[in-house]
Parts: sequence; C-alpha cells; structure tokens
Amino acid sequence: MQKAYKKYFPIFVLPTLLAFVMFFLVPFILGIVLSFCKFTTVTNAHFIGLENYAKAFSNKDFLNALWFTTKFTVVSVIFVNVIAFAFAYALTRGIKGTSIFRTVFFMPNLIGGIVLGYIWQLMINAVLAHWNVTITSDPKYGFWGLIILMNWQMIGYMMIIYIAGIQNIPLELIEAAKIDGASKAQALFNITIPMVMSSITICIFLTLTNSFKLFDQNLALTAGAPARKTSMLALDIYTTFYNRNGWEGVGQAKAVIFFLIVGLISLTQLYFTRNKEVES
Amino acid sequence: MARRGGRSSDMDVSQTTGLILTILFTVLSVAFLYPIFLVLLNSFKSKLYISDQPFSFPSGETFVGMSNYVDGIAKTDFMSAAVNSVFITVFSVILIILVTSMTAWWITRVKCLFSTLTYFVFVFAMIVPFQMVMFTLSKVADMLHLSNPVGIILVYIGFGAGQAVFMFAGFVKSIPISLEEAAMLDGCTPIQTFFLVVFPVLKPTTITVAILQAMWIWNDYLLPYLVLNSDYKTIPIAVQYLKGGYGSIDMGAMMGMLVLAIVPIVVFYLSCQKYIIRGVAAGAVKG
Repeated sequence: MQKAYKKYFPIFVLPTLLAFVMFFLVPFILGIVLSFCKFTTVTNAHFIGLENYAKAFSNKDFLNALWFTTKFTVVSVIFVNVIAFAFAYALTRGIKGTSIFRTVFFMPNLIGGIVLGYIWQLMINAVLAHWNVTITSDPKYGFWGLIILMNWQMIGYMMIIYIAGIQNIPLELIEAAKIDGASKAQALFNITIPMVMSSITICIFLTLTNSFKLFDQNLALTAGAPARKTSMLALDIYTTFYNRNGWEGVGQAKAVIFFLIVGLISLTQLYFTRNKEVES
Repeated sequence: MARRGGRSSDMDVSQTTGLILTILFTVLSVAFLYPIFLVLLNSFKSKLYISDQPFSFPSGETFVGMSNYVDGIAKTDFMSAAVNSVFITVFSVILIILVTSMTAWWITRVKCLFSTLTYFVFVFAMIVPFQMVMFTLSKVADMLHLSNPVGIILVYIGFGAGQAVFMFAGFVKSIPISLEEAAMLDGCTPIQTFFLVVFPVLKPTTITVAILQAMWIWNDYLLPYLVLNSDYKTIPIAVQYLKGGYGSIDMGAMMGMLVLAIVPIVVFYLSCQKYIIRGVAAGAVKG
C-alpha cells in the first residue's frame, strides 16, 4: 500500500510543502544569514560577521526591552495562573450561573490584540484622568496596564483548561479523602492540585510564551511610550527594523536572539511534558 | 467539559457559600464586561468629551448619534477592510484544512526518512516567532507579487502549515489503518480513500484546526500589515490606521471602529461557543 501512496506525493504533499518552503523555510534560513550581514534589502547584503550581534547586545533599548519583557512575563504568568485556577476551582463547585460565568470570562480571548489594546487604552486613561495623567506618562502605568490587559485576555482561556483538568479527577479520590476526614483545604492541596499538575504545566507554558512574544497589545496600548521604556522584545525588533535606517541587520540579529530564547522555553516545556508522560 | 453545575454533591459547597460565590462572580462578570461597555458608551459621544468625561452617559451636547461610525468607516475604508478580512480568513482556513490534512495523512502513512524529516521541520516551525521571518517573508511575498488578498492566502498556508499538520498527524496516528486497507481493496484510489474514508473521520480535528486558524488569521495584524501593499487593509490594520503620525488618535472614530470590530466576534462566539471552547482547549493540550 505504501507504494500506491508514494506516487501520489505531488497531490498530497507538494502544495503544502511548496508554500511552507517559500513562506517559512526560505525566509527563516535567509533571516539567519542576514543576521550576519549589513543590508537594506535582501539583494544588497554583504557579510560583516558578528557585528550586528555586538550592536544588539550593546543597544540600550534592546536590553531594556529584554528586562521589561522578562519582568512582564514573570508577573503575568503568576497572576493569570493563580486567578484562573481560583476561578476554575470555584466554577466546578456547582454554583448557580456557572455556565454564564464561563462564557463571559472566556470571551476576551477571542478579541484580537490590536482591538484589546485600544479598549484598555480607553479604560486605563479614563481612570488615570482622575489624577491628570495618561498611560504614557510613566512606564509603570504601561507595565501594569499590560498586566491587566493580559489577565483580562488570558484568564478565561486558562480557566477552561483548569476546569477540564479538575473534572478529570476520579471522584473516588475525593470521596475517599472525605471519608478519611480530610478538610477542604487538605483535599485541595493534597489531591486537586497534584492531580492537575499536567494542566498547570500546559497553562504555565502557554502564558509564558504568549506573554514573552506579545506584540499587538503592546503596539496598541503604549507603542513603547514613553521613550521606548514600555517596549517589549517583539516591538523593539519591529522598531529597529522599520524605524531606524541602516539597522536592519541589527533588527535581524535581535530577532535571532529572540527566536533562540523562545526556542529554549519550548525545549524546556518539551522536557517537562515528556517527564510527566513517563511518570504516568 | 462544559457540563452544567458540578458533577457530584460531595464537591458542592453549602447553599450560603454558593450564594456568596454566585454574587461574587456576578460582580466579576460585570467588571469583565465593563471595558467593552465603556467603548460602546463612548462610541456615541463627541470625540471632545471622550477623554474629558469618559464615564458619563452620552446626552445633550455630548451625544453625536452615529457620526463616529460614519467618520470612522470613511476614514479607514472599513467596509472594504471587513470584506478583505472575511475573504482572507475564509479561503485561508478552507485551503489550510484541505492541503494540510492531506499532507498529514501522507507523511503519517508513508514511512520513510523524507516523511519523518518533513514532520519534524513542520513541528519546528511552530516554535519560531513571527519576528524571526517578518522582514524576509514580506520581501519574498513582494518579489513573487503576492502582496494582495489572494496572494496572502498562500503565505498563510505556508506559515500556518506547521501547527495544522502537527494536529492532523496526531489524529491520523490514532485511526486504525484497516479501514483504509479495505477501501483500497475495494478499488479506491488513494485520493478516493482519503476523501471518502479518512477525511470524514478527521472531523473533530478539522473543527479544532479551523477554529484556531480562523482566530489567528482574523485577528492577525503584523503579517498582513507587512505583506499586503498599502491599497489593502484588514480590520486590525484599519483600526491601527486611525492612530495617525505623531501618536494622535481620533478617539471618536476609534470607538466606533472598535465596536464594529468586536460585534462579529461576539456574534460568532455566542453562536458556536461549544465548538470554540472545546477547540481552543484541545488545541492548547496538543499544541
């Protein structure tokens, strides 16, 4: 049968593969090559070694964006997951209105980043107007604005995954704990949380990568203002490419560094999920 | 997953605690929806009052009827942006599903070095952030004269292939091969076997992939902004377009366009909520 399938390669695989090679593989390889070159378009590139990388690492905006992104990622991972788990826990207790609450909390997840950014720009500026400042007056407003926005967008999504995890716990376990006289808190910490560890791993990595790669929300909410102090990595790469003549190579080098960090996070995730599979 | 209520009495809380939780979550739900409500409220106010009195209801001199909407639609050419968004999303999703399901089936069934290698390159593509390829990708698309709503569909197939192939391949592995063998013995060609026997079985994954890709493409800003030439906009590009140079924004028109951008999503969500939530959850677990 394999043989019969094999000659159908042009129909089954070629269309996808061609599009993939043209719009992913070639741009990807070209991107790595260009990070070692000076260029303004793809055709006038010439090799300059590691100069772009040296420039990237001595670029204040880049280092600031790296620090801002790291801070943002850590804070949002903690907030989103703690709140989402609490919501999921409360909404699996059979209280009235559960399905309406789930519908409401999940909805922001479907709205695109640009639109979300401007919704929260209005909301935050409306509140800050009370003190006669705006979101771009101080980087700390931008930082916490992004955290609030990220929570608003991601809590419902993570909550759904936690709910699925909690509902998969065998009932007998909870019943046995009850018979043994365990309190609600004991059941939560000794049964529920250990039993949903795989959901926790998934959610932590989802929030981690989504926070780290954030772009649209950042562009719409503050666009890096004031003075690029609230630029995250993705936005800083974009600005380097398109708003600074002659820095295309540095932008590409920053993008490679960004890719390596994201790749490292994904490999860590793979390691953790593989370990879990072996255990269970 | 979305079964109503709890599933057993022993996990349920007492009536008083239940009531307190219901009240607490009602308040939280209202707080969650409030930012959207505030946008709606301000979309009927004159732009002069939006930053001054954001929380007040539109009335008397602050009420401007639909003029923010009319303004915004004219300024951003919103209607053609909406048509582009629908066109690009619908055809990209249909084609992605068609070609990637076929590819996933072939590379799963045909065991050779080439298929294994292809599979790993597709999986690898999933972890590469867009910024890594944004410059070179837009140059390639430009060189091939694909900077239009038809051309960008090919770009989406190439860039969306990784995740879609990965998810379809995961499902194909779980389908017993005996069905396909029977079809082949009955004289079906591989193409007939795929479309008559395999594709219908893939339905749950097809729905998941369709929802994930549709959400991504519909909301995507940077890829279409860089790939499409300036004659064409999608909805996110039209919204961002209102932010002129030097950071000035026409807040009135912006409010109107935000409402127009949110409404189709909310309608779509409420009408296929079950599939969306299930699809997104399945996608998270597999992706």
